[in-house]
Amino acid sequence: MKLTRRDFIKSNAVAAAATVAGVTLPVTNAVSADADDGIRWDKAACRYCGTGCSVLMGVKDGKVVASQGDPDAPVNKGLNCIKGYFLPKILYGEDRLTKPLLRKTNGKYDKNGKFEAVSWDEAFKTMAEKWVAARKAKGPKGIGMFGSGQWTVWEGYAASKLLKAGFRSNSLEPNARHCMASAVGAFMRGFGIDEPMGCYDDLEHADVFVLWGANMAEMHPILWSRLTDTRLTKPGCEVHVLSTYEHRCYELADNGMVFEPQTDLAILNYIANYIIQNKAYNKEFIDKHVNFTKTPTDIGYGLRASDPREKAAKNRNKGKLSKISFEEYAKSVEPYTLEHTSKLSKVPKDKLLKLAKVYADPNKKVSSYWTMGFNQHTRGVWVNGLCYNVHLLMGKIAEPGNSPFSLTGQPSACGTAREVGTFTHRLPADLVTKKDAHCKFAEKTWKLPAGTIPRANGKSDDADQSDISGKPMGKTLIHAVAMHRALKDSKMNTFWVMCNNNMQAAANMNDESLPGWRNPDNFITVSDPYPTVSAQAADLILPTAMWIEKEGAYGNAERRTQFWREQVAAPGESKSDVWQIMEFAKYVKVEDVWPADLIAKKPEYAGKTLYEVLYTNGQVDKFPAEQVTDSRGNKYDNHESADFGFYVQKGLFEEYRLFNSVKGIPKKGHEMADFDTYHKVRGLRWPVIDGKETLWRFHEGYDPHVAKGEGVKFYGKPDGRANIITAPYEPAAEPPDKEFDLWLCTGRVLEHWHSGSMTRRVPELYRAVPDAVIHMNPKDAKKRKLRNGALAKISSRRGEIVCKVDTKGRNKCPEGLVFVPWFDAGRLVNKLTLDQTDPLSKETDYKKCAVKISRA
Amino acid sequence: MVDMTTLGDDAIAAKGWYKSHRFLILRRLSQLGILALFLTGPWFGLWIVKGNLASSLTLDVLPLTDPYVLLQAMLSGVVPETAAIIGVVIVLLFYILVGGRVYCSWVCPVNMVTDLAAWLRRKLGIRTASQISRTTRYWMLTLTLILPLVVTGGIVWELVNPVSMMFRGIVFSMGAAWIMIAGIFLFDLLVAKDGWCGHICPVGAFYNLVGIKSLLKVNALQRQACNDCMECYVVCPEPQVIKPALKGEKKGLSPVILSSDCTNCGRCIDICAKDVFSYGGRHAIKIDEYKREGEINRGVRV
Amino acid sequence: MSESEKRNELNRRQFLGNMLKTACGVGLVGLGLGAYSKRASSMPANYIRPPGALPEEDFLGACIRCGLCVRDCPYDILFLGEVGDEVATGTPYFIARTGPCEMCEDIPCVVACPTNALDHELKDIEESRMGLAVVIDQESCIAFHGLRCEVCFNVCPIRGRAISLDMQHNTRSGKHALFIPVVHSDACTGCGLCERACILEEAAIKIFPMHLAKGELGKHYRLGWKEKDKAGESLVTPDTEHRYNLPEGVRYDLQGEGLIIEGEAEETPFSSNPLDTLNSGFMDK
Repeated sequence: MKLTRRDFIKSNAVAAAATVAGVTLPVTNAVSADADDGIRWDKAACRYCGTGCSVLMGVKDGKVVASQGDPDAPVNKGLNCIKGYFLPKILYGEDRLTKPLLRKTNGKYDKNGKFEAVSWDEAFKTMAEKWVAARKAKGPKGIGMFGSGQWTVWEGYAASKLLKAGFRSNSLEPNARHCMASAVGAFMRGFGIDEPMGCYDDLEHADVFVLWGANMAEMHPILWSRLTDTRLTKPGCEVHVLSTYEHRCYELADNGMVFEPQTDLAILNYIANYIIQNKAYNKEFIDKHVNFTKTPTDIGYGLRASDPREKAAKNRNKGKLSKISFEEYAKSVEPYTLEHTSKLSKVPKDKLLKLAKVYADPNKKVSSYWTMGFNQHTRGVWVNGLCYNVHLLMGKIAEPGNSPFSLTGQPSACGTAREVGTFTHRLPADLVTKKDAHCKFAEKTWKLPAGTIPRANGKSDDADQSDISGKPMGKTLIHAVAMHRALKDSKMNTFWVMCNNNMQAAANMNDESLPGWRNPDNFITVSDPYPTVSAQAADLILPTAMWIEKEGAYGNAERRTQFWREQVAAPGESKSDVWQIMEFAKYVKVEDVWPADLIAKKPEYAGKTLYEVLYTNGQVDKFPAEQVTDSRGNKYDNHESADFGFYVQKGLFEEYRLFNSVKGIPKKGHEMADFDTYHKVRGLRWPVIDGKETLWRFHEGYDPHVAKGEGVKFYGKPDGRANIITAPYEPAAEPPDKEFDLWLCTGRVLEHWHSGSMTRRVPELYRAVPDAVIHMNPKDAKKRKLRNGALAKISSRRGEIVCKVDTKGRNKCPEGLVFVPWFDAGRLVNKLTLDQTDPLSKETDYKKCAVKISRA
Repeated sequence: MVDMTTLGDDAIAAKGWYKSHRFLILRRLSQLGILALFLTGPWFGLWIVKGNLASSLTLDVLPLTDPYVLLQAMLSGVVPETAAIIGVVIVLLFYILVGGRVYCSWVCPVNMVTDLAAWLRRKLGIRTASQISRTTRYWMLTLTLILPLVVTGGIVWELVNPVSMMFRGIVFSMGAAWIMIAGIFLFDLLVAKDGWCGHICPVGAFYNLVGIKSLLKVNALQRQACNDCMECYVVCPEPQVIKPALKGEKKGLSPVILSSDCTNCGRCIDICAKDVFSYGGRHAIKIDEYKREGEINRGVRV
Repeated sequence: MSESEKRNELNRRQFLGNMLKTACGVGLVGLGLGAYSKRASSMPANYIRPPGALPEEDFLGACIRCGLCVRDCPYDILFLGEVGDEVATGTPYFIARTGPCEMCEDIPCVVACPTNALDHELKDIEESRMGLAVVIDQESCIAFHGLRCEVCFNVCPIRGRAISLDMQHNTRSGKHALFIPVVHSDACTGCGLCERACILEEAAIKIFPMHLAKGELGKHYRLGWKEKDKAGESLVTPDTEHRYNLPEGVRYDLQGEGLIIEGEAEETPFSSNPLDTLNSGFMDK
C-alpha cells in the first residue's frame, strides 16, 4: 500500500515536472489511432435521466471499450454530462451479481438465512410457490411488483401483462410513482391525455424561462446547456428560478427567488390574480379552449388513515372537479395579493412582480419547467395544475416557446411507466382499469377471456369479478407507498422489485419499508445487477442484465422514443428483466391464479402456463428469431430471442402498438412508428403519423389530430377544452416546530444517478462526490456550534443519520432549511423522510419534513 | 594490550553481569523509550509526544525544541514562535545541567549504530588508524552555522543530517535515510574508531559546547584502586578524557572528568572491576580534598 | 636548532598541516552541501507546501523539519521529504491529486509550526496561497468541448470566486452553452481539491507553485477599463458632445452601438408592453 502510493507520487512528480518543462510524455498521447481499430460503434439512449441524450457505444471483443456522445443526436449533438461520460464503467463494477441468490439455512429457504447461490430453476420454483400461495390467500393485492421508469418499453409491457392479465392483479407500480405521478395526474385532469404538449425546441424559442422546483443545471445537464445558450445568445432573454433553496441554476438567474416550502401554491395563484386584475388574460383563448373548475380542498396528506392529520381532513383523498365560472375563479385567486403572497412566501415583492409581469406580457414567450419540486409535493397535482392555469389564462401553451413543461427524472418514465401503463390504475396507451370498456379492449387485444383484468372497483358490467380465492375481487388498486404499508401489515406477502432501489428510495424506511420487507410473512425478490440496499433487504436476488446488455427502448421527456440493440452479453448467469418476467411466467399455471369460471370462457387455456397464455399467444411470438444486423452489416446477439425462440422485443412492441397505433383504439394521440423504423432513426417524437413526428401537440399544423381551422384543440377531453382548476394554498404536513426546527429537502447531485448503485461504482464519480453532506446555512450551523466539515446528527421523528455539514457547498440553503442528497447508501436520508403523499397522485413528498441537527 | 576476548570479564566476575552493564542497559532503555514515546501515536493512536527531536509537543502541553536546529533557523533569519523559545530554554537548561553530550549517549539514535560498530570493531579486531582530527567536528559545526548565512536554501545541514534523519525516519518514514546510517556504520567499523560521533558530528560538537560547564560529571574518585587493566580506555568513545582524571593525581589534577567531550555514558563505570568511576557533581570535591577523601572512601569500602 | 626546537617546529608544522587538511576537507563538504542544497530546493511542480508556508527560500531556512504540521493535519495529507526525494529532506509537502488540503477553518498545521515556517499571521485559510490552480490542458478538459462536468467548480471551497464558470456559446453544436472553468488568482488558495476531483485520467486542472503558475503584465501597463472602474470616472476629462453630418433617420451613438439607422417602426407614445400602459393609470393624469 505504502509502496504503491509512493510510486504513484513519484510517477506523478515526473509527469508534473515534464508538463512544466513543456515536454509531452508518451502516456498522455497513448490512445493512438490504431487503438480504435476493430471497434463496433452503435447508438443507444443514455442510461440516466429523462433528457434522453443519444450516445455511441464502442464494442471490441465483447466488451464496451469506448463511448462518445452521438454528434447527430438532436438532443445532445455529441455532448454528455459527467455521468454520461462514464457510461461504459457502470457495466463493469467489480461486484456485479452473476448468480441468483436465495437466503438459506441448511439448504432450505429461510427468511433469516444467508444468501447462497441457487439455479434460476430453484429461484423461480421457490418464488412461484410463494406467489401462488399469496395470490390465493390474500387476493389480488396479496402480491406486488415494483418496476421502474428505467425499464425498457417492452419490459414494462411484459410486466403489465404478467400482473394484470396473468396474475389478475393491479398490484403493479413503477418507481415513477415517486417521481412523475403528480405530473400525470395534472395532465389527465387538465388535458385528458398524458405528457407535455411541447418539446425541447421550446428551449430555443422561449423568451423567458421559469424554473419551478427544477434544478436543471444538475439534473438535466444537457437541457440546461441549451437553455443557457438561449439566455446568452437571445437578446432580452430572461431566466427566473424558484426553489426552496439556492441551487446551481441561480448562477444564471435574472430573477432568483427562494420561497418558503409549500408556498409555490400561493405564488402561482398570485400570478393568476395579477393577470386577472390587470385584465391581461387572453379572453379569446379562454372563451374557446378552457373550462373553469375547482377541486375539493382539505384533502389530507396521503398518510395512514389512523394519522390524526388524516382524521382531521374534511375531504380526504377527494379530487372530483366541479365546474365554476370565470368570475368564481377570479374570486378564488383574489386573496393572493402581492402583499399577502410576499409575506407568506418570504419572496420580496419586486421579485414576485417581475415574475408575474413576464407571464402577463403577451409579447413574451414563456416556458415553465419543473421536476420534483412540483411533483414530490403533497399538493403535487394541484401545483402542476396551477402552473397550467397561468399558461392557459394567457393562451401561452402548445406553441413554440410557450410551453409549460414537466421534465422527467428517469430515462423512460414517459416511454415505459406512463405510456405502457405500469401503474396500478393504468393499462397501455392511457387506458385505465377504472373503465370497464378500456379493460375489455385490452382483454380483446390480449386474447383473454372477458373479465380477466381486474377492474379498479372489482366489477365488470356492474357484477363482481370472481377471484381464485373464491371471494369477489374487491377494490384492486394499490399504490407504491401503500404497498410498503401492506407489506408491513402482512396484507401483501410477495413483492418483486425490478430495475430500481426502493429500499433506499422509499420514504420512511425505518417505520414502513424495512419492517415490511423483513416481515417474516413476506417473500421479497429483488432483480439488480449490483448488491444494493434493496438487495441486502431481499430474500431472493436475481442477477440482472443492464441497459445495453439487452435490446431496449426508452421514451424521454419530450415524447421521443429511442431504441438500441444488445451491445454486449451480461456477465455470468445475469438475465434481462424481460427474460426474468417471461421465464417466471412458465412457473405459474392458469389454474394457479384464475378461477374455473374464467378458464371456462377460454377452455383452450386450461392447463397452460401464464407464459403460453401471455407471450406465445400468436402475437408476441409472431416474429421469428433473426440475426440482428445494422445497416452497415454489423451483427448483434439477442439473448432473449435465442432463449425463447422468437424476436421477443419486436413481438412485445408490435402487440403494444395494437393499443396506440391501429384503427378503433379507445384513445388516439399516442401513435408510434413500427419496430424496425426505430432501430434506424435517432428517436421519434410521438404521435408519429405517416412517419411524421409531432413537435407541438394540440396545435393546428403541428399536430395532425387538430383539424384545419380548429386552431388549438385539447382533444384529450371530450369537448376539446382544457381545465383551469383552482386550488388554494394549504400548509405542508409536517412543518418545523420547536423541537424539529428545520425543513429537510432531499434531492440529487449532478455526479450521481438516483441511489448511486451505478455511479458510485465509477471511481472518478465517487471521488468527485464521495458522500452525502448536509447543505446548510452558515448561520444555522453556527447556532448549533457546527462548522463546515463537522459531523452532525440529523434526526426526524422517524430516524437519524450522521453526515458532514457543508456550509459552502453548491446548494445555498436559507436559514431554516437543509438539503441532503439521497444517492448515498452509507447515509440513508430516507430514514428521516415522512411517507406523505399527494392524496390525488399518491406521489411521495420528499421535499418537506421537519428535522433537527446537532453535533455528532 | 587489552585482550578483546576477555573484555569486561573481570567486571562481571567482580560485580555480576547486571552491575557491569547497568548504564549500558539504562541508556538503551532511554534511547528506545524516547523513540517509543514518539511512536505510540503513529502506531497505536496514543499521542504522547508529537513531532521529532527537532521540535516536539508532549501531551499537547510541553514544547521541546532542539537549540542547534533552531539556531541554524535563526541564522537564516527566522523569528521563532514563543512555544519554540520556551522549548529551547527547557532543553538548554536540561543539558547545561546534566551535560550536553548526554544527548549523544542517552538520546541520539545514531549512538546505537555507532556503539554497534565499535563493538563489532573490537570483536573483529579491526584496527584502522584515524586520520581525522577530533577538532573536525568544530569545523563542521562552524560550517553548518555559516551556511545558513551565506547559502540560500536555509538550514542546509538538515538536508543531510543523519541524526535527525534517523530519528525522523523511524518516527515518520525512512526513505533512503538508511543509506546514510549504513554509511556511518561502515565508516565507524572500517575507517575510523568512533569516527562519526567522536570526530565529525556537528550536533555532538554543539552539545559539547552546551555542556561545557555542566554539573553532572563522571569522576574517578577511586583512582587509587585502578589496576591499569585499560578496559575503560577501550570502551570509552572519547578515551582522551579519562587520562587526566584517572592518572592526573601526581599532577594534582582533579579526579573529576572535566572535559565536555565526555558523553556521561557511564560505560567506564560499568566496565571497571574496581569501581574506580562513579557519577557525581562537578564541584563535589575540592581539589585539595580529593586525596584525603579518596582515602576515606577507600577506608569505608575496605 | 635544538632537538626540542626541531620537535616543536615539526609539531607546529604538523599542527598547521593537519589544520589545513581539516579545513580543506570541511570546506569541500561545505561546497558540496551548498551545491546539494540548490538542487534539493528545486521542488517538483506538483509538491505543494502546507498553508501559510513562507516563500520557498525563507521556508527552507525556517522549517526545522519537526513534522508537527504532519501530525496535526486531521486529513493526513502531508508528507515529509525523504532522502532522495526532490524536496528538501524532512520538509512538509502534499500532492493535490492524491491528497489535497481540505482547508480547515482553524488551520491546525500552521498552529503546530514552532518556527513560523508556516506563518502564524495566517488566520483565515481563504487567505492562504499554497499554489494556484491552472486549467493546464484545455484540449482534454471536457468542459471546453461542451460536456457538462464542472466538477472542479463544484468542489471548489471558494466556488464562484476562486473558480467561476464562463458561459459561452457552443459554436459547434449551435444550441448548447460551454461552461468554461476559470481560475482567479486573487481568491484561489491552491488547496488542490479541484485537481483531486478532476475526472480525467490525468487531471486537466492542476495546482502549481505560484512562481510557475503566474504570468505578469508589463509593469508599465494598466487595463484602461479597470482603471476607469476604480476611479469611478474617466481618468481624462470626458469628451465634449460630438456632432456629425448624417442623413435623415440616422443617428450616431458615440459610446454605444455607433451608427443607428432608424427602422420602419415609427415611435409611438406607448411601451411595447401593454401592461406598462395598463398599470400606469389614466394617460391624461
